[in-house]
Amino acid sequence: MLVLSIAWRQCRSLWSSGEIRVLLFALILAVTATTSVSFFTDRIQSGMQTQGNVLLGGDIVVMSDHAIPASYLAEAQKRQFQTTQTMEFPSMVLNGESSQLAEIKAVESGFPLRGHLTISQSASRKQLATDIPAKGTVWIEPSLAKKLALNIGDSISIGDRQLKVSALLLLEPSRGGDMFSIAPRVFMNSADVAATGLIQFGSRVKYQLLVANQANEQDVMQAYADWLKPQLGRGERVEDVRSARPEMRNALDKAQQFLGIASTVGVILAMVAMLLASIPYVQKSLDTYALMRCFGATKPLITQILLYQTLLLALVGSVIGCVLGFAAQYGLAIFAERLFLETLPSPGWMPVILGFVTGFATLLTVVWPQLMRLQAVPALRILRQDLEGNVRTNGLVFLPAFLVLAGLVFWHSGDIKLAGIVLAALVALVVVASVLALAGMRLIRALSKQEVGASQRFGVIQLGLMGFRRRPALTVAQVVGLSMGLMAILLLAFVRNDLLKNWQTSLPADAPNRFVINIQAEQIPGINALLTEQGIRHADIFPMVRARLEAVNGKLISAADYSDDRAKRMAEREFNLSWAAEMQADNTSVAGQWWQVEDAGKHLLSLEQELAKTLKLNLGDQLTYDVAGTKLNLTISNLRKVEWSSMHVNFFAVTPPKVLDNYAASYLTSFHLPADQEETINRLVKQFPNLTIINVSALMEQIQTLISKMSYAIEFVFGFSLLAGLAVLYAALMATREERVRESTLMRVLGASRRQVISAMLVEFVSVGLLASVVAILFTNIAAYYLATLVLKVDYQFNAWLTLEAVIAAIVLVPLAAWLVARHQFNQPPRALLQSI
Amino acid sequence: MQAPYAVEAVSLSKTVVSNDTTIPILTNLNLVVPKKERLAIIGSSGSGKSTLLGLLAGLDIASSGKVLIDGSDIGPLDEDGRAAIRAKHMGFVFQSFQLLGSLTAFENVMLPLQLAGRSDASAIAMSALESVGLAARSTHYPKQLSGGEQQRVAIARAFAAKPSILFADEPTGNLDAATGESIIELLFDLNLKSGTTLVLVTHDMNLARRCQRVLNLQNGQLKEIDIADKKAGAH
Repeated sequence: MLVLSIAWRQCRSLWSSGEIRVLLFALILAVTATTSVSFFTDRIQSGMQTQGNVLLGGDIVVMSDHAIPASYLAEAQKRQFQTTQTMEFPSMVLNGESSQLAEIKAVESGFPLRGHLTISQSASRKQLATDIPAKGTVWIEPSLAKKLALNIGDSISIGDRQLKVSALLLLEPSRGGDMFSIAPRVFMNSADVAATGLIQFGSRVKYQLLVANQANEQDVMQAYADWLKPQLGRGERVEDVRSARPEMRNALDKAQQFLGIASTVGVILAMVAMLLASIPYVQKSLDTYALMRCFGATKPLITQILLYQTLLLALVGSVIGCVLGFAAQYGLAIFAERLFLETLPSPGWMPVILGFVTGFATLLTVVWPQLMRLQAVPALRILRQDLEGNVRTNGLVFLPAFLVLAGLVFWHSGDIKLAGIVLAALVALVVVASVLALAGMRLIRALSKQEVGASQRFGVIQLGLMGFRRRPALTVAQVVGLSMGLMAILLLAFVRNDLLKNWQTSLPADAPNRFVINIQAEQIPGINALLTEQGIRHADIFPMVRARLEAVNGKLISAADYSDDRAKRMAEREFNLSWAAEMQADNTSVAGQWWQVEDAGKHLLSLEQELAKTLKLNLGDQLTYDVAGTKLNLTISNLRKVEWSSMHVNFFAVTPPKVLDNYAASYLTSFHLPADQEETINRLVKQFPNLTIINVSALMEQIQTLISKMSYAIEFVFGFSLLAGLAVLYAALMATREERVRESTLMRVLGASRRQVISAMLVEFVSVGLLASVVAILFTNIAAYYLATLVLKVDYQFNAWLTLEAVIAAIVLVPLAAWLVARHQFNQPPRALLQSI
Repeated sequence: MQAPYAVEAVSLSKTVVSNDTTIPILTNLNLVVPKKERLAIIGSSGSGKSTLLGLLAGLDIASSGKVLIDGSDIGPLDEDGRAAIRAKHMGFVFQSFQLLGSLTAFENVMLPLQLAGRSDASAIAMSALESVGLAARSTHYPKQLSGGEQQRVAIARAFAAKPSILFADEPTGNLDAATGESIIELLFDLNLKSGTTLVLVTHDMNLARRCQRVLNLQNGQLKEIDIADKKAGAH
């Protein structure tokens, strides 16, 4: 009780004298940054996942070519998930004498579980559908209405059943997974399916079970998926947004990794700020503990007081930090919700726990080395102020803090490679920054021994640089702290730039949104001319020959040869073989060689690497294709990586020119059609009625919206980390403030002008800023290179502008902030200052 | 058997190493301070007065020789053992007052009592403040008190735990003559009332001559000064 009371009194008095405020401020900031970033990323990640799930219609989808086993549904219901089932099958739709092949989708109540269908029941009004088509009615796509001259209220025949058109289907977000469906969509109620008489043994029907979790908890959904996977039979598979939509997976994964890096940076910045803030706190406490030792306080008693004091601080800081963190993310989330279609899921408890763990662990470990000094402060200090305690600051005392930092970095990043790179760079940075700071001080010492000329300006510069010498330990701490803070922020800025640039280039605003297939060789000049005339920049027109893979190295293959589901499908499906002289710009050769001009006509083959991996094919393997009844042998001479998310036309299998000349080929192309040029399509279809044009603009728009929303989220979190960085700067300056005020007061008493004192201080901080920024930039570039190439898998580009900006910002901001922190001291007469120190 | 001396130093030596040079501060110094004696140690600046005080109070460790407090050698004790001896036997008054700026006058007086685990710390602290005439200022912080008042708080703190030995290091060094005089009055008055042994380190002869015995520290050795000499050497 006595210990607690002394600890409390100490805390209270340190609060009123100010030293603890900086530490508490840094601690609160640490917890606030951690919890708010964590709260926010937690919600944004779930939000982004939900957004992605809209494209799937549910959180996960079980797909099957036969009726979904009842046990899957029962298990999902047992786990209290929302479920709904659909059936998809092609069928002719008739209106009197006219008919059209359509993709029928029969849905049950509740569809879709994620997102909404957009329908229109009159010409001008569109609305989000709140239900599914009533029994006896259908919703049809406008293109079908046009082709069959249908109006709302008309009837159509599907199989044996007459159904009334009750709405036009304008947008079906969940069709994304099937973007190359050519036939127009018809939505009907599942209850009407039996009456159509279309579903019989052998019918080609795709059954889907959509599952979603109300609470939006990804781990419970994952648990269900894990339960499901071993049960899956032939023709059944489970998909979530990641497996169903590779371009989504890519963007989601990168966004999550970035948010992970951002949280990590928040933790690093906070710990640096606390480390720096603990310096004045300890400095101020030295006399108190010396006096206590003098009055007979034992080491265990002092340890206890210090421990209680630290725990009290940690408690207060964690509580305030969590409350502020929640409030901060709430404000951000209100703004962010406008960015998302769906309401953001409510925040969980995890960030609170994380906040408390962070608060206690960081404070205890960061302050510990300093407290060890306090504990060992000799009582004799009361008579001799130069004694500070005989604990040598060897690097080991910082080990607990480093371990906590490493633990938090691993926890936040959720990626061993990422955390490893960040930590390795930090350790290297601390070592190099310390060595450089010490070397700098030696240099200054050597210079200061030289005879100084009478120049007053040089005197001020020297005076400023001597600040390094007067406070060696603090200067090293300051340089290391600032360079760590700078590096953290720069790293985030570099990676953010790379990531955003990568997204923009992978899916630019003018990415292709129309695919034209069925082009005949003789139509190519005409199509080229028409598109050019309309000012449409179109991609090349690619040839395509349908072929089936029959044998590998002379051995016949079948789906049964493969255990992997995807491999089975690949082995069964028809391939589109194409030919090209040059490799496409968005392809990269990963093995073997792309052919030369003289290889034209040679039976070589370039395969997409993932396909080769799935079918276990290697360079040199001979593949036998069946092309319209004739055998074609091709040898794999090259493997390519294909950027599928670019939306450009790409082929799994490509041969050199002249290999496929004797086979019937059709051609295809893709291009970006601006929204106001729909007329071009009409002209194209009119001139070449055999062409099939696939419109993927709705899907493209969805993906682009999602990516821009993720970019916003990333900017938010980045801005937040920037604030934490400013706190580090503040703490770094506060660490030496008192000492500097004392010095500058003495200088002024001794006759230095206000201008000289300020100049000397600015010289000192320009040097600190320069040193810190140079070290930070060096390590940021190294770490950013590894992060970009190894973790985010985006291209790394040295950003000279950002580098220059960082150096300028550091040598301007650091002295400016130092001046702001100490400016009121400069305006007071020295007498007043003497009393205050 | 009760120890005859409150403080005893036997062949006490202290050397310090500075810039690779060993500097002797005290050499084979012997001293006995009988109980209830008022002893003054004088000497010029840098003669080692504060070093001697630090050794006698167990704040520092001798290079050789030993210090006995109430007959017990404090040399073999560790830092915590010496801290316990200080808590039990000693009070301190410093030149720079050494009040904790963040604690009120009352809290400053109470601190050593709390450290000694006294349950009646609060009552004793208040009565100690009364005895130095500062009860009314108990809630004031050191910054709100004059130098003389701060030293009175320090004296109240020193006597509150009823120490058997009081070490005073230049108690009037930071005060003007008149205030210094009143502080000395208070210090000696309380010393007489409580029967405490007083070891006073000063270079102020006016102050020193009010003690029963005066020792001059010179070249690391103590030399007794006669009362007559004291007057002659006053400055």
